[in-house]
Amino acid sequence: MPRIESPADLETLRKDILSKRDAEKRCITLCSGTACHATGSKEVAAAIERETETQGFTGKVDFRRTGCHGFCEKGPIIVIHPEEICYLQVTPEDVPEIISQTFGEKKAVDRLLYVDANTGEQVTREPDIPFYKNQERLVFGPNKLINPTSVEDYLAIGGYRALSKALFEMTPEQVIEEVQQAKLRGRGGAGFPAGKKWELARRAPGDIKYVVVNCDEGDPGAYMDRSLMEGNPFGVLEGLLIGAYAIGSHEGYFYVRQEYPLALENLGVAIEHAKEHGLLGKDILGSGFDFDFDVKVHRGAGAFVCGEETALLMSLEGKAGEPRPRPPYPAVRGLWDRPTNINNVETWANVPLIINGGAEAFAAIGTEESKGTKIFSLVGKINNTGLVEVPMGITLRDIIYKIGGGIPGGKKFKAVQTGGPSGGCIPEELLDSEVGFDELTRAGSMMGSGGMIVMDEDTCMVDVARYFIDFLTDESCGKCLPCREGLRQMHKILNRITKGQGEEGDLELLEELSETAVEASLCALGKTAPNPFRSTLRYFRDEYEAHIHEKMCPALSCKDLISYYIDPAKCQACMLCLKKCPADAIDGAKKTIHIIDQEKCTNCGNCFEVCPSRFGAVKKISGEAVPAPVPQKERAISKASKSK
Amino acid sequence: MDNDRIDQIIDGHDGEASALIQVLLEIQSEHHWLPKEALERVSERLDVPLGRIQHIATFYKAFSLVPKGRHEVHICMGTACHVRGASRVLDTVQDLTGIRPGETDLDMKFSLETVNCLGCCALGPVMEINGKTHGKLSIAETEDVLKGYD
Repeated sequence: MPRIESPADLETLRKDILSKRDAEKRCITLCSGTACHATGSKEVAAAIERETETQGFTGKVDFRRTGCHGFCEKGPIIVIHPEEICYLQVTPEDVPEIISQTFGEKKAVDRLLYVDANTGEQVTREPDIPFYKNQERLVFGPNKLINPTSVEDYLAIGGYRALSKALFEMTPEQVIEEVQQAKLRGRGGAGFPAGKKWELARRAPGDIKYVVVNCDEGDPGAYMDRSLMEGNPFGVLEGLLIGAYAIGSHEGYFYVRQEYPLALENLGVAIEHAKEHGLLGKDILGSGFDFDFDVKVHRGAGAFVCGEETALLMSLEGKAGEPRPRPPYPAVRGLWDRPTNINNVETWANVPLIINGGAEAFAAIGTEESKGTKIFSLVGKINNTGLVEVPMGITLRDIIYKIGGGIPGGKKFKAVQTGGPSGGCIPEELLDSEVGFDELTRAGSMMGSGGMIVMDEDTCMVDVARYFIDFLTDESCGKCLPCREGLRQMHKILNRITKGQGEEGDLELLEELSETAVEASLCALGKTAPNPFRSTLRYFRDEYEAHIHEKMCPALSCKDLISYYIDPAKCQACMLCLKKCPADAIDGAKKTIHIIDQEKCTNCGNCFEVCPSRFGAVKKISGEAVPAPVPQKERAISKASKSK
Repeated sequence: MDNDRIDQIIDGHDGEASALIQVLLEIQSEHHWLPKEALERVSERLDVPLGRIQHIATFYKAFSLVPKGRHEVHICMGTACHVRGASRVLDTVQDLTGIRPGETDLDMKFSLETVNCLGCCALGPVMEINGKTHGKLSIAETEDVLKGYD
C-alpha cells in the first residue's frame, strides 16, 4: 500500500477499501486472543480454512481472525456475519458441521449456541447474549471486527480519522481542551484527569518531551490492557499520536510486559504498518507541521512496581524499577529528566473516541465525576467470566448478575474484590453502589485498573487479605521501610491467623502497621497496600475473630483449620477417594465404609473433590472435633437395593 | 552462550546502556538463564558496572542466575486463579516434581516458578509450560499435563 500523503488521500484509501468489501458477504470471525489460543483457536482456524475450501466456499465466504471478544470462558468463539450467529467453545471437529449447516442449509448449529444457565433459553445472535447485551462496547468494540494485524481492517472501521481531524482541524490546545471537557480520567488506577496531565506536560519547559503507553498490566485478575493491545493496537497507537501532537512530543514508548508475547507481536505489526503508510515517522499525513514521531517498544521484565509511573520510567532508562518521590511529577521531570506524559493503554484507546465524537458525546455517558465507559475483567466465582465494558455509573449488582449471570453452583455471593492488590472487598450490602472512581473509593475499595474478582461463600476473607499482603510483600521494591518491613510483619501475623495461631491483640497490631504504611510509604504501592486488609476487616470482622478465637475458618478454606471426614451414613464404599489419596490416609475396602485417618491426612482435599456428588459423603469441618470413626463391626454396607 | 552472539544482541540495540534490560531479556530468552560470563561481557560492552547489572538481574523476576530445566513450569497465582484453587495446583506440581518455586530438579527436567498473573483469568487456575497455557485445571488434569513432558 502506498504512503498516505494527505487527509484526502486517507479518505480515498478508505473508500477504496470499503468499495471492495461487501457488507452482505458472509464472514466467519474467530476470536484469536490469548485465552482462545489456550483453548485451541489455532486448530479451529486451520479447520475453517480447510473446510471452506473442501466444501467449495472459497471466495464466497471471508474468514477473519480477530482479537479478544471478551467472553473468554466460552472460547474459542466463532461469529458469522452479517447475521452475527455466535458459536461458543468450538472445537476443530465442529467446523465441518458449522460450515455445511450454516452456509449450506442456512441453519444454525443448535448445540453450539449460547444457553442461558439460569433460564435454559437458547440464544442465536451474539448481541442478544445477556453477557453482551448489557454492555456498552465503545473502546473494546473494534476488537471483534478487525484482524489486529490488518491496517486495512482498521481503516475500514474509520481508523485514523481522529488523528487526521486533530492534525488538520484542531490546534494542540484545542485537542487538550477537548480531552479536558470530556473529563477523561486515567484508566490505570489513580483516575487523574488525562487532559490536565497533558496540559502540564505541554506547558513544561523543554524542547524534548516524551509520551509513554503503560502496558505493564500487573494487577492480578485484570487483563483488559492485554486484550486491547492484542486485539486493536492501532487504536492505542492512534490515541498516542494524538496525545503526542497535543503535548508537543516527538518520541514515544510502549512499555509492555514480556508476559504478553502476542500483544508485543501485534503491536510490532501495527507500528510497521503505520510507518509504511506514513502514519508514523516524519511529516505524518503530510501535515506540514514540524511533527515526526518515533516510537519504541520496551519489554517489562517482571516487576509489579513498574506499573507505577516513576518506577516505569526508571525501568525505561534501563535501571531497577524503584519509584522516585513526587513532585517533581513526570509531566515536569520524567524520562531522562525531561517532561513525560504517561497514560495507561485504555486511557490512550479512549482518545480517538473523544476526538471523533466530541467531548460532549463522551461526557454524556457516566456519572458526574467519572465519564465514559470502563472495561472490567469479571473473573473468579462467576458464571460468565470475561472482559466487560460498561458505562460508568452502572451498579455492581448489574455487572455481576445481569452481565455475569450470577454465581455458579448455586453458591452464595460473598464479596467482589476490585482495584487489584491495592483495592478492597465490597460486600453484598453495597452491591447497589455505582461504579466510578470516587464511588468505589467511598465503598472502601477503588477502581484500580479494572479487575473485578467475584468471591463466593467458599472464599475465606482472611485468606484473601493474606494473599494480597503476600503478593505485595513479594513485589515491594524494598526502597522504603514501612512497606518493606511493615508488610512483612503483616504477612507474618496474617499467616499465623490462617494457621490457627492467631492471638489476642493481632488485629490491633495489624491496624497499627497499616496506618504506618499508609502514612509513610513513598509510592502508591505501599500507601495502598493495607487496603485489602482494612476493607476485609471492615466488612468481615467476624471471620477474623472466628479464626483467632475459635480457631475456625467459616468458609472452610484455610487448610490448617479444617478436617476432612467421611459421613458413614452416606459413604457407598466406591473406593474412589481411597485410590486418589496421596497420603494413604483412607482405610476401606469393597462394601466397607471408608474412614480417614486424621493422623495421616494432609488435608489435600482430593477425596472431597473425587467423591461423586450424588453421594456427597466427604465433608469439610472446621472449629469442631472430628466425629469418632464408626466401630469396625458397623462398617459393612449391605447393598440389597442396588441392582447388579 | 558465546560472546559473538552476545555482541550481536548488544549491537541490535546500538550498544546503548539504556537497553540493558532489553539485552538481558534477549539473553535470558535464548539461553534460559544468565551465566556470569555473559553478564561480564554485557558489563564490558555497555560500560555498566557489574554490580548494577546484578541489581537488575535480581530485581526483575524474568531473570535467572542459575540454569533452568528443560521445561519451565509457571503456575499463575493471580487473584482469579487463587480463588479457583491455584494453591492446590501448586501443591500437586510440588508433590509430583519434588521441587518448590524457584527450584530446578536434579535431572534438569522441570523448573518451577509461580507468577502473579498471566492474564488468562477466565481460564483459572492456569499453568504455563514452555509458553503453552493450560487452563481450568483440576488436580487430575494437572497430573496428566505434567506427565506429558519428558
